Amino acid sequence: MTAVPGAAERRPAALTWRNILRDYPLIPLSVLFVLLVTAVEIGQSGTVSQHWIAVIVRASVPLAILAACQTLTMLTGGIDLSIGYIASMAGFVTATFINQPGGWQLGIVIALGAACLAGLVSGVGVGVFKVHPLIMTLGMGLIVYGFANVWQLRMVQTGAGIPVELKSFGTGLADLGYLNVEVPYNLLAFVPLAVVIILGLRRSGYGRMLYAIGDNPTAARLSGVRSWQVLIILYLISGLLAGIAGLIAAGLAQTASVTLVQSSLLPSVAAAVIGGTSILGGRGGYSGTILGALILTVLTALLTILGLPEPWRLIVFGSIVVLVAAAYTRVTAES
Amino acid sequence: MPVAELTRWPRLLVAKAMGIARDNNWTVGLLVFLGVLLVFTKIINPFYGVTGVQGLANSVLPLALAAVAQAVVVIAGGIDLSIASIMALTSCITAKLMQDQSPEFGVAVVVGVLLLGLLLGAINGALVVITRVPDIIVTLGTSFVWAGFALLVLQAPGGRTAQWLKDLVIGPLGSEWIPKAAVALAIVVAVIWIPVSRSRLGLSIYAMGSNQLAAFRSGVSVGRTKVLAYVLTGLFATLGGLALAASTGVGTPVPDATYVLLSIAATVLGGVSLAGGVGGVFGPVVAVIVLQLIRTDMTFLRVDPNLGLVAQGVILIAVLVFGSWIQIRRSRR
Repeated sequence: MTAVPGAAERRPAALTWRNILRDYPLIPLSVLFVLLVTAVEIGQSGTVSQHWIAVIVRASVPLAILAACQTLTMLTGGIDLSIGYIASMAGFVTATFINQPGGWQLGIVIALGAACLAGLVSGVGVGVFKVHPLIMTLGMGLIVYGFANVWQLRMVQTGAGIPVELKSFGTGLADLGYLNVEVPYNLLAFVPLAVVIILGLRRSGYGRMLYAIGDNPTAARLSGVRSWQVLIILYLISGLLAGIAGLIAAGLAQTASVTLVQSSLLPSVAAAVIGGTSILGGRGGYSGTILGALILTVLTALLTILGLPEPWRLIVFGSIVVLVAAAYTRVTAES
Repeated sequence: MPVAELTRWPRLLVAKAMGIARDNNWTVGLLVFLGVLLVFTKIINPFYGVTGVQGLANSVLPLALAAVAQAVVVIAGGIDLSIASIMALTSCITAKLMQDQSPEFGVAVVVGVLLLGLLLGAINGALVVITRVPDIIVTLGTSFVWAGFALLVLQAPGGRTAQWLKDLVIGPLGSEWIPKAAVALAIVVAVIWIPVSRSRLGLSIYAMGSNQLAAFRSGVSVGRTKVLAYVLTGLFATLGGLALAASTGVGTPVPDATYVLLSIAATVLGGVSLAGGVGGVFGPVVAVIVLQLIRTDMTFLRVDPNLGLVAQGVILIAVLVFGSWIQIRRSRR
């Protein structure tokens, strides 16, 4: 028997805060989330209730889906800046179909079709023509926004409204009577979606290819990954998710406009970053992103309760993005 | 011998001109496109003339300065998403402080605001260098922060810009064909960017943008260069904010997100590689004019102005797809 050199030294990594933050980012994020909720309760006692949590979760769902687009694209080292306009377009187009033949159901089909088409074109640009994702999706966003405006002018006489079904889906709270808890309807749709994304990233070959491309594109190509196919499908998925998020956001806001969701674009990137996904690609996951979206929503609620006006909210928000990103970079840096 | 000498000079000149054109073929192509576009504009609207050019110059100036700001930092290998917020903050401070004040005080305000712009850029750069967080995330965060401060200064569009500041950039200079805005832009770029790009700092910026590690090993102080590049970007963005305050006459606290998007689009269309180290600031300025003129033409053609946005997006994508298609074909040979 020959002793393996170094075998004695091999121990599990010590549980320092640094290793925890690197290997189990969900733990510190959950702690931060609980701290924020506690702060809300302290700031205005009696706020935190089962109903309040349901409302927070309900508000987080569209942001979490948009952040899924950013998480997936960021894993490959990309980013999707078109999702704000795509999501707004999807909600708006659906709303214009409410009085049309075919109804809002046809509207949803058309809206999601257009969202997929926009994502597909972005994917072809990024995957086949190697255009930088930032620029490709930026241009695609302008195109979608322009077409949405044209559509708006054309449909302005016909009137628009959010279908009742979408409203109740976006805002409704299902009362699970025997458990005495309220669950937002949109959460019921979000949970399967999140499970598919999380499991897909961890278990499926496609999910691993996303990590591989982001970590080392050359190595991925040499291992036989057809990057261009993966990227086309990726941006198509991103467009579809943005469309779904837009429908839910329109239902939640009970209104639709061609810029409704645009203000969530930068928060969606922030949620993914706070959740531990690296914009350089190859590192991160969706579970952290969901917590990131929840944290941002609770943070907004907390700042509102503390009576901090909008300007301070923006300042705190921006500082937190930089601070959290800096903390991640610090613990994951090769040293 | 004298004959040969005589025939040599024109040939040398032509060769030199060809050389410049070859080195800057992207910008030359853009200029040709701009020329064609101007002729096209004149054809579809025979009345397009002095007022059209003046209006174009006024609408282009803030955006052109934003594009120059973006180009500088992209050449250095970074990107700045906070440009629109810096413009909003500085324009608000300018308009608020200048209201009902003497011109002398107004000059002090402008100087102070420019110093503030340097500081904002320095903070961006220092955060990027110290935290080692990717530029795009840092400036995403600071874009919220600067926008928040802008809202603290002014809750709604307000304040009033001093008349002399407006006179500085609006209207013709000498000939009615020469807009003051164009002259101001040329002076600003000539005074700030040209000396910098020829200096040691300029060389360091290009070196760092094209290969940070190689630049570091060649003795470039990477951290300092990056901070200074962001300082330059902050300065140009602030000048853009002043131009915005001058052309609208008020301060607008909510940053126009399209400024960030269009500044990146113009930078890339202007021949600056997002990978860094390639291009200059002249191309992006021409690209801004092209993008703006296309929207003007859409109005003349009675096309829905919203299709102008579509056209801008399509052109942006088409040019890049074409450019990278040529590169892919070249590399396969």
